[in-house]
Amino acid sequence: MTKITFVEANGTVHETQAENGASVMETALKNSVPGIVAECGGACTCATCHVYVGGEWTDKVGAPSAMEEDMLDFAFEVKPSSRLSCQIIVSDEFDGLVVNIPEQQG
Amino acid sequence: MNETHITTDVVVIGAGPVGLFAVFELGLLDLKCHLIDILDRPGGQCAELYPEKPIYDIPGFSVISGQELTDNLMKQIEPFGAVFHYNRMINNVKKLDSGGFKVIDDEGQVYECKVVVVAAGGGSFQPKRPPVPGIEVFEDKSVFYSVRRMEEFKDQDIVIVGGGDSALDWVLSLQPLARSMTLVHRRDNFRAAPDSVNKMKELVAAGKMKLILGQIGELNGENGMLSSMTIKSADEVLSIPVTRLLPFFGLTMKLGPVADWGLDLENNLITVDTEKFETSVPGVFAIGDINTYPGKLKLILSGFHEGALMSQAAKRIISPDERIIFQYTTSSTKLQKKLGVK
Repeated sequence: MTKITFVEANGTVHETQAENGASVMETALKNSVPGIVAECGGACTCATCHVYVGGEWTDKVGAPSAMEEDMLDFAFEVKPSSRLSCQIIVSDEFDGLVVNIPEQQG
Repeated sequence: MNETHITTDVVVIGAGPVGLFAVFELGLLDLKCHLIDILDRPGGQCAELYPEKPIYDIPGFSVISGQELTDNLMKQIEPFGAVFHYNRMINNVKKLDSGGFKVIDDEGQVYECKVVVVAAGGGSFQPKRPPVPGIEVFEDKSVFYSVRRMEEFKDQDIVIVGGGDSALDWVLSLQPLARSMTLVHRRDNFRAAPDSVNKMKELVAAGKMKLILGQIGELNGENGMLSSMTIKSADEVLSIPVTRLLPFFGLTMKLGPVADWGLDLENNLITVDTEKFETSVPGVFAIGDINTYPGKLKLILSGFHEGALMSQAAKRIISPDERIIFQYTTSSTKLQKKLGVK
């Protein structure tokens, strides 16, 4: 299990134990973390699982693919640390990952 | 607006896979359908959210894409001559004293029918509203999510936000009649067709419009009429004049007017029985993702089953004196005739 922490826009912290191989989005839904809508269910077609991967994790998690970058056009308040959480697959290297959830998924 | 008053057996609201298959089951029972959908093509979520994505749980297909499933269903229901009305949202469903229903869409078209089938999935796909405080007061006055009448944009300071085909197409169409045109996009990379992007860049180079890389900030104006807005770019906040704003951030699912039709709801889903999939209003049925009942699973295959049972109940309402004989398409010459099997 890999520890992933979600921080809501209002500061509420959710610490979860994620299964390796699952996406960060799926981890959020499984743990009832508010603010991750995931309208399309993980198909990278809706931009409603937008998160910020900040600090040291930005580089570790890596940049979005071209397709994901395109979908981020449909998100709001996009930052250099923006990612779609359905496209981040949990693995041992991400133990301790902290992601921030934007105020609105649109 | 000047279409005739349409009369039909069944109005199906939503042309996703479940609405499409309902046409098949209703058709085998000789019931004619009109389908209405807010999108410009059939398929619902399958077409809008995952046309190219594989679906693994359609019985008989180890894998099929949303688009393939839609295409196959369209072919399967072809013999039944259903009539499709796209780009329309149903605003109203009224019960008539004479029995039956009057269904009215957002363009004022009236459909009179004996049975209504709500197969609206997650609701209707509606434009995403940018999370800008107070944007609601400007909507339909100076903020628009689509262009219905180009005259609304004549001699205006137009700002279009987005980087896809909708944004770029409207930049090119509206620029000639605008007082000023500004395209705002968060990055210097566009999803729109390269040809449109090149044309836009030529206009920028010729000084006929502006391109600003940034995101929507604040909106300012009075009585719903915009006068200026701010754009947050990487290192500064710009203020620009604007009298018409067109944000294009794609679509999101909203329950929409379904909530106002007087049907019993539970957590924004329509409650139905599991014998007929009828709602709290007799003659109005709900099938697919939009309904709920004990044990409900939001699967396409569940929606197909619901459509089959619903059709039997719809037939009993529409032809109360006719005996329904249960038949198989494999062996019934009568059903095969309806399907056009030779």
